[in-house]
Parts: sequence; C-alpha cells; structure tokens
Amino acid sequence: MKAAVIVFPGSNCDRDAKVALESATGNPVDMVWHGDHDLPKVDLIVVPGGFSYGDYLRGGAMAAHSPIMREVKSAAEGGTPVLGICNGFQVLTECGMLPGVLMRNASLKFICRPVTLRIEDSQSIFTAGYEEGQVVEIPVAHNEGNYFADDDTLNRLEGEGRVAIRYATADGETGPDGNPNGSARNIAGIFNDTKTVLGLMPHPERAADAKHGGTDGKAMFDGLVEALS
Amino acid sequence: MSALQNTPAITPEIVAEHGLTPDEYQTVLDIMGREPNMTELGIFSVMWSEHCSYKSSRKWLKTLPTEGPQVIQGPGENAGVVDIGDGRAAVFKIESHNHPSFIEPYQGAATGVGGIMRDVFTMGARPVANLNALRFGSPDHPRTRHLVDGVVAGIGGYGNCMGIPTVAGEVNFHPAYNGNILVNAMTVGIADADKIFYSAAAGVGNPVVYVGSKTGRDGIHGATMASAEFSEDSEEKRPTVQVGDPFTEKLLLEACLELMATDCIIAIQDMGAAGLTCSSVEMADKGGVGIELNLDTVPAREGVMTSYELMLSESQERMLMVLKPEGEETARRIFEKWELDFAVVGRITDSGALVVKEKGETVVDIPVAPLVEASPEYDRPYDEIEAPATIRSENVPASEDIAAALDTLMSAPDICSRRWIWEQYDHMVMADTVQRPGGDAAVVRIHGTAKGLAVTTDCTPRYCKAHPETGGRQAVVEAWRNLTAVGATPLALTNNLNFGNPERRPIMGQFVGCVKGIGAAARALEFPVISGNVSLYNETNGEAILPTPVIGGVGLIEDIDATVGIGIPGPNHSIVLIGETDGWLGNSLYLRELFQGEEGAPPPIDLEAERRNGNLVRSEIQSGAIAACHDLSDGGLLVGLAEMALAGNCGLSIDYSSDLADHAWYFGEDQARYLCVTESPDALLAAAAKANVSAVVLGVTGGDTLNLPDGITISIGSLRGSHEGWLPNYMAGA
Repeated sequence: MKAAVIVFPGSNCDRDAKVALESATGNPVDMVWHGDHDLPKVDLIVVPGGFSYGDYLRGGAMAAHSPIMREVKSAAEGGTPVLGICNGFQVLTECGMLPGVLMRNASLKFICRPVTLRIEDSQSIFTAGYEEGQVVEIPVAHNEGNYFADDDTLNRLEGEGRVAIRYATADGETGPDGNPNGSARNIAGIFNDTKTVLGLMPHPERAADAKHGGTDGKAMFDGLVEALS
Repeated sequence: MSALQNTPAITPEIVAEHGLTPDEYQTVLDIMGREPNMTELGIFSVMWSEHCSYKSSRKWLKTLPTEGPQVIQGPGENAGVVDIGDGRAAVFKIESHNHPSFIEPYQGAATGVGGIMRDVFTMGARPVANLNALRFGSPDHPRTRHLVDGVVAGIGGYGNCMGIPTVAGEVNFHPAYNGNILVNAMTVGIADADKIFYSAAAGVGNPVVYVGSKTGRDGIHGATMASAEFSEDSEEKRPTVQVGDPFTEKLLLEACLELMATDCIIAIQDMGAAGLTCSSVEMADKGGVGIELNLDTVPAREGVMTSYELMLSESQERMLMVLKPEGEETARRIFEKWELDFAVVGRITDSGALVVKEKGETVVDIPVAPLVEASPEYDRPYDEIEAPATIRSENVPASEDIAAALDTLMSAPDICSRRWIWEQYDHMVMADTVQRPGGDAAVVRIHGTAKGLAVTTDCTPRYCKAHPETGGRQAVVEAWRNLTAVGATPLALTNNLNFGNPERRPIMGQFVGCVKGIGAAARALEFPVISGNVSLYNETNGEAILPTPVIGGVGLIEDIDATVGIGIPGPNHSIVLIGETDGWLGNSLYLRELFQGEEGAPPPIDLEAERRNGNLVRSEIQSGAIAACHDLSDGGLLVGLAEMALAGNCGLSIDYSSDLADHAWYFGEDQARYLCVTESPDALLAAAAKANVSAVVLGVTGGDTLNLPDGITISIGSLRGSHEGWLPNYMAGA
C-alpha cells in the first residue's frame, strides 16, 4: 500500500502520521507540499493534524482553499480513500468533503488526553480492524473538536451508518459523561456517503506503538493495509 | 555625521528614564568621546540593562561549575549543549518571562515559550520537549485566577501550535508572588553533535541577513522593563509586551532547519530581548568584527518607524544570520518557500563598530568591544543569611487524624493534581512522549531510537527563603533525584534565578546563598550548569518574591524499555523506602498547610547520601529490578505513597512501624529518599546494604485502599477526589 501525507504550513502531526503509516505498510510515504498541484498516485491520502496556516481564522478554513485540496477532492471523488485526522477532519469539513463543522470545545479549553471511543461501524476500510461496539482508547488534542451539524444532517448520518466513531465512557455509554468536547451525539468521526473518506478528531497515530502507552490506534492503520494492499 | 547630533539634547532625566545611573552614563561618554544621540543612548540602555548584561549577577555566576566530559557548549551561547551519544546532542535552556506575563498573561507566557524555542533551534536543534516552572500569588488574591488561566492558555497556545509537546513543569502558589508571578519556560532540542550553530560573526563583507516576521513597535524597552521593580502604574507598561505568532515561528523553525542542512550559515542569533541591537552586537562582539546595518532594508510593519524604534523593537519570530556570500541565493529560496521575510540588512566590517545607517546617513556609530566589555559589573553588598533555628518534630503539633491530614495535603494548592493545566498542553505531539506529565520527570524518546531524554523543573522556594544556600542545594538535588527516579543518568542543568531587587542587601544575600548552594550540589553530583537566565527586580512596592532558583534538569536513558514511572503497576509487589528518615518538619508543607507555620530550617542536604542513594536506585532501575519509583519531597512519605497509589490505581498496605512519632514519620521532608516498588525486595535490600544505603520494606501493594498500621484505612477513590478536585474547582470559581 502506498500512502501520501499532505503538508500545509503549520501541519505538525505530519511526521507522526508518516511514522505510523510506514510502520504499518513497510513502504515510504510521500509527503506532499500544500502548494503542489500534482498528487502522486497512491492508495490512501492522509490530511494530518496540526494548525494549518496557524488556524487563526477557523480550524482548517485556510487549508481548505490551498491548491492541493482541489486535487485531494478530485482524487476522493475518483474513489481514492482519504483520512483526515484532527485538523485534517476540520479541513475536510471546511472544504465540503464531509458535512458539519468543528466548533470550539464546550469547555473553551484545549484538551489533550486519552479518551475512550466506541466503534460504531466496522464495515469500512478504516474501521475493518475493529469490532462494532468495541471500546478503544485513543488520545485527542484539540481546541475545536465540538462536532456540530443540524438535526436533519445528524439523522441522515446516523440513518446511513456514517457515524464511524463516538466518544463513550469506558463502559461504552455515549452520554454526556463520555463526551469531552460537547460534540453533537458524541460524534468523534464520520464517513462520506461511500465510506471512502473518514474524518476523526482522535489521533490514531498517537496510539500506534507500545511506547505510546496504548496501541488501539494501530488497528486503523493495519486494517487499511489489509484492505488496500 | 550630522544625524549623530540631530536629536534632543540628552538630559539627566532622559538618562534616568533609560535606566542608566550617572556613573554608567559617564562611562558611555568616555566610550563615545561625545554625547550619544537618542538611538545610541537606547542601545546602551538595553545592552547594559540587568536583563542583558547580568551586571549584578555575573560575579557569582562565574563560580558555578560549567564543565564535564559530556558538555559541548556551556553558558554564553543561545543555549547549552551536551553530548547524548550516537553523534547527537541535547540543546537546552530555561528563560523567564515574568514581568510581561503579569501585565498580559496570555501573550507574556506565549512569547516566553516562543523565545526559548528560538534559542534552541537557533543552535541547530529541533525542539522535542517544552517545560515550565510557574509561581502564582495566593489563591485568594483577586488576580490569581485570571493569571493562571491566561498563562496556561498562553503556554498551550504557543507550544500546541508549534507542535512541540509540553511535557513537564511545576506550579506553586504563595502570597509573595501576588504582585510578581513567575513564568519560566524551558525547551529541550536534539541536534547532530557536529552541526551545532553558533553566534560568532566572521568574514568582512559577508551579508547580514534578517529573516522571519516584520519589525513592529511592540516590546520596545522590554529588557529595561524586566530590569526594574513594579509599582502601581505597571498597567501602563502593557505596550511593552510583545505579541506572539506561533504559526510564523513554526515556519521559521522549519525554514531554519532546512537552511541549516545546507552549508550556508556562518553565524545565527535569534532576536530576543533588545531585538536587532542585542543580536547584532553579540554576533559582532563574539566574532571580533564590526557590523554595518542599513535600516532602510529592515522589513517593517509600519512605514514611519524611527531608528530608535527599529533598533529596540522586541517583535517576535525574527532571526539574524551571517551567511557565506555564495549561500545567499539558497537561503533566499528556502525562506521564500516558507513565505517569510528575507532581507540583506547589512555587512560584516573590519571597523569593530556597530554602524547603523538610515536614508544614507549614519545614525549610530558605537565601538562594539567597549559596549560589551565595559558594561557595568557590580559586586553588590549583601547580608549573609544564617539558617533559622531547627524545629524539632516534638515541637510541631501532631495531627490527631493522619487520614485527614493526608487529605488536606493531597488537596493543597502546592500538591494537588496539575491535570487541569497539562491537559491544556499538547503533551503527546511528535508521538515520542514515553512518560507523560504527572510523574517525577517526563521522558521523550529520541526519535527513531530506543533511547530517551528525561526532563524536569524543580525548586522549593520556601526552603530558599528560610536558608538560601540549603534551598539552592535542594533545588539541584531534587531535579537530580527526579531524573534518577525514571532511571535516567543526569547530564546537566539549566537554571532560572528569580529574585527581588539586588540593590537591597538581604535580597542580594538570597541570591548569593542560592548560587553557592547550586554550585556545591552541581559540583558534588557532577551535574554542570550549561545555560541559564537571571530575573531580578521581581518586586512590587518593595515586596519581593520568595527566592526562586529554578533548576531544569536533563538526563539520558539508554534503554527506554527500562524506564519506570511513579504508578504502582499492580498487586503483590513490595514497597521499599530508600534513604534515612529523621522526621524533618521544619518548613514542611505539613507545618504550613495544617498549622499555618512557615518557619524553621529547611531539611539539610547531605550531598554524599544523595549521590550514594541515587546511584543505587538508578542502577537498580536500569537492571530491571524496580517496577515503579518516586522521589520523596513535598509532603513526605505518606504523600509519596498516595501519589504512587493514585497514579497506578492500586492500593497498598504498610506494616512497617517506625520509632518516630506518626506525623514526623509520615510527613517529614527528609531528603535523599525514594520509594521503590519491586517484586524482589530481598535483592534490593541486599544491593542497598552492599552500597551502604539505608533501605527498609514498608509493605505490599494491592487492594483499593491505603492501609496503615493501627487500623487506618484510606480509600483511593476519596483521595483521588481531593487530589484531582482542588484546581478545577478553584478555576471554576467554586
């Protein structure tokens, strides 16, 4: 499997994503500069975490308009899988590849800690390494992770099985107790309508090796390798 | 030379406003051989400020040990450098941003973090860990909550955006900081040992290049502000605080590291305190050359900035470099790729002078060597501070309820959980954080290897106040112990010496005492000082802070699989106490938190015992014989046990009974002690006996309570509530 990681000015989890992907695939990862117009032919595109363009306007708002995102969008329309992590999720919503928006955390504070998540749907290339209903622990680190969409959109996402991951308690309860940032219906990650694009706030690349204190994120990369190789 | 005189006449009032004494001004006149103009006076003012010249502290700083086989670069550059093997080096320094953070907490703290990161990547290192040491006023003071909130958000705002994990720190609250908080920020970076960049300019005719952000009017006179006491009108100083732009600094970091991978740079210096002035003068002085700057080419935010403003601005995210002439185009391409300003603003000359031109006219002409070397150095008079009388534990009231006393301590502002703070810092970005905040020292993996760096910041100001020399020693040994407790070999330290007004004899006495203590401990432990910062005049209306010499320590872990944390890993392990307990309660947190007493001599520091006990603990951790370890400090033995139980979510039962009175045994703050959790206590006791180290088995792990002799049972759940609750409740205004 060949993967590419998009690098915007201000991306800062690009190297972490590269390390996790190279460890899972055994292949070198293409790092693609935001100003480039050519996307290499790859099996997976990752839009990484960080503060693209400083996020001074709104998380991901500037990056959504960079030249490379036109290419990413068109590759996604052609069926190339795209994974947006944290700031990458924000970018994907800002450029319309995923519905909804990520608002300031309800606490109005940056939150960095491991959270427990429930895998809602394992019928995708991203979540095939998990069981439906499985509770996993993966860190979040964000200021704007509070997922919001109108009720019709939320109902549609749920109806179409496009809620990939929810914040949950260790027992798998998805009430307010398990919600770190105020996200609507505890949503931590969603698919596009073909489940070939996933945006999520948690950082699977920070739970991908034993020294991270947990390896629950590794199954996402391993599942992708299995599905795309 | 007409522009050199074309300014208002320099009156004694103007000299005083620039923080120069009449004697210092006379030296200026002697150096110049004429009256300086305003810009020149401003340059002397910032270069000779306490902040830039260390004029009160230099005499004493020279007494500190700065050498060792591991030291590649000691104090005097942007940061210190130590060898960590495999052709790599750790580069680190700590720096204060106290005054600005009090005036504008978010930006003050943010730019403090930005400044120290620049110091580290200027040397060619990629920053891999940020730390901090914070001191706030009493929780009851009306400003404290606002300051905590702003400082924490500012530190997070800058470090998170840069993508450098903030992994460790310390926080104290005390009324002595009501008018002067302390914000000390430390950065640790990793570089190739043969690709360290220095600041000595060379090569007559070589281009002097300015990169980074444009220069604005922010921060003019920041260095002078940091060299004076506060008074009622400090609010008016808000315009001297700089505004941070972490996104630009992230670009600057990547651009600088990309350029450093080529062979274009002769010298590089970040523009921090005193901006363009300090960076150009230091580069010229270290290289023994002159420098000529053309202000018309300096990227400016506004069109009508004067030479005075351009030379003294402390706008952030700027660097000055001397390039090889053939490297200019390569460098320009890299900075243009990162969309940063790149301007050739001058040349290296053989004049030995700092010459500044504006619109074709010379507006500054100052000989560099005397500007640096004739800077004042004071041997300020001081009072020797004797240790207060020792308070014997029988003269400290015994607590009738040990469980209640523990609960009080675990929820005390100086001991309670700092989770509310460090969850606002991205402490995992770069995916190499092996030990997260909350333990004795954080550990970051050296990327792509099985080695790690352990990092910590430490100081116990109440000990320093009681007896500066003991307090100085204690700060060093606590940092050394914290590194040891995760299995690291301590390499070197950086210090941030925060004190009041050195022109007062008792304050200078605190400074001298603490430096002597730091020197003695650093020598005995072969733990040299490789960088640092001095922050004086932390006073408001004559009320000084507690003496606060913060020590930032860095240690090397050869095998990160062998590192341990403080959390009890599970049941059926033995708990072993290493080191001797006399029940020292003078100036303890027990005395302060339960009986409002801040008196008595601090615990004595036996450097030989520290070394012996620490070396044993480290070698046992490295050999895999210890599963968890915690050094004992604030709050003593029972607080240490409770912290280990909470971190591991596992209870313990103590069956060892000491001859000491309960309160002295449980809460005494005797030094050179560690708690070790092990599956093979006999082997550990045997190793201790062989090393002539005192060690006893206290009990075993297991269950969900702390069980003490005499039937005392404390639930971990209720302790956790007390420990985790105080800070978030306080910040919520509850």
